[in-house]
Amino acid sequence: MPFLVLKGGCGPRLARCRAALARATRSTAALLLGVVLVGCATGPVTDPRDPLEGYNRGMTQFNDAVDDAVLKPVATGYAAVTPDPVRTAISNFFGNLSDMWATLNTALQLRGEDTAVNFMRVNVNTVLGLGGLIDIASDMGLYKTKADFGQTLGYWGVPPGPYLVLPLLGPSTVRDTLGMGIEASGDLVNRTEHIATRNTLTGVRLVEKRAGLLRAGAMLDEAALDKYSFTREVFLQRRQSLVDAPRDLDID
Amino acid sequence: MNRRHCTRRLLTLGLAPWLALATQAVSASTAEAPDAFIQRVATATLDAVRADPAIRAGDLQKVMTLVDGLIMPNVNFGRMTASAVGRYWRQATPAQQQKLQDEFKLLLVRTYSGALAQVKDQTLSFRPLRAAPDAADVVVRSDLRGRGEPIQLDYRVEKVGTGWKIYDLNVMGIWLVQTYNTQFAQVIGTKGIDGLIDTLAVRDQANAAHGSATAAPAPAPTKTP
Repeated sequence: MPFLVLKGGCGPRLARCRAALARATRSTAALLLGVVLVGCATGPVTDPRDPLEGYNRGMTQFNDAVDDAVLKPVATGYAAVTPDPVRTAISNFFGNLSDMWATLNTALQLRGEDTAVNFMRVNVNTVLGLGGLIDIASDMGLYKTKADFGQTLGYWGVPPGPYLVLPLLGPSTVRDTLGMGIEASGDLVNRTEHIATRNTLTGVRLVEKRAGLLRAGAMLDEAALDKYSFTREVFLQRRQSLVDAPRDLDID
Repeated sequence: MNRRHCTRRLLTLGLAPWLALATQAVSASTAEAPDAFIQRVATATLDAVRADPAIRAGDLQKVMTLVDGLIMPNVNFGRMTASAVGRYWRQATPAQQQKLQDEFKLLLVRTYSGALAQVKDQTLSFRPLRAAPDAADVVVRSDLRGRGEPIQLDYRVEKVGTGWKIYDLNVMGIWLVQTYNTQFAQVIGTKGIDGLIDTLAVRDQANAAHGSATAAPAPAPTKTP
């Protein structure tokens, strides 16, 4: 019986939930924006999506400095000494962990087919692919769909809010930062109890991720006139397209 | 019976070339579908890249020849540059507009030529078109599938006569024109049109120097045209 009641109230309840979430974030974002606008005036060309540009540019400089000094050299060395099959296996392993999250998030975005495919990917790769080391699922035509919690919030109507460059983690938005926080608390690597194992896994994941971006970084250096605003534009467009993607497919 | 069969066969064989000619004429007169157009251009380009290791290694002169021969005839690059420059475009003289196009093209070719090394056995698969059959402005959506995650590639195409021309490109959800629009506006806002031309030229030269320093296995480094 309660099952029936829930089903009956589902449509309007979802809509209400979406609206309330959107309202809440909008007012938080507006508040944040107001606080920041008072204390900050940037150059001649300002982007309405980036009211925190002064802070963001500073944080980008800090991140770039850390990257140049530590992360990039380590990642370059790692890429040079690690044989390709090993790197693929490592990247697949963490990819499999992210597929688990993707499964949950595509489900939360009511994307039936993507959820089924992601769910099968996790099962196939975990069982047949030696705990995720081999991406057998892609060979079977089960292609990866990325989905994270920030995207799910976007799907339910939460606006991105101001662009935000995070310390060490780089480009984000207020909404995506919230999503990352939720995701980090449920992350399997973070939940590993053995501290040495956890630190090793966290480190390897970070370095592998950075190594995967070495080519993109070189391309960015060549393509951008202003690296900061180029990165911002690319990041915001990419995120928006990921949020729009499920609805985009609905139409067909 | 047997002989009749034979003559019929001969007849068909004799007719075949004419039939082929006729269908070709028909296909030339009826407009090509926009996704078929992209498929044709993309396949030709990917095949050319696969066939030539020098192109995959980023040999700029060869890449330029490929771009000019296969890609540029199918692109309305004037429109692309104009929309990237935005409202300032009309203030530019024809000479400035030409210069902007040249430097912008060089920038894009350099940027993307680095990705050519990744061309292997990928294939393009198309999503259903969402356009009326007589639409003159269409977004063709496709996925480049290979190993790993598929790469989303979308094209904005406009009808020109019976054919099509590309005027914007989207890689993984990022539109090229919109991205450069913010970049260009920023420079023009502070330095004007000539400032943008200079900035592009400086960037192209820096890229050329950087490119020949890192990717120069050949004894004679390629010169910028």
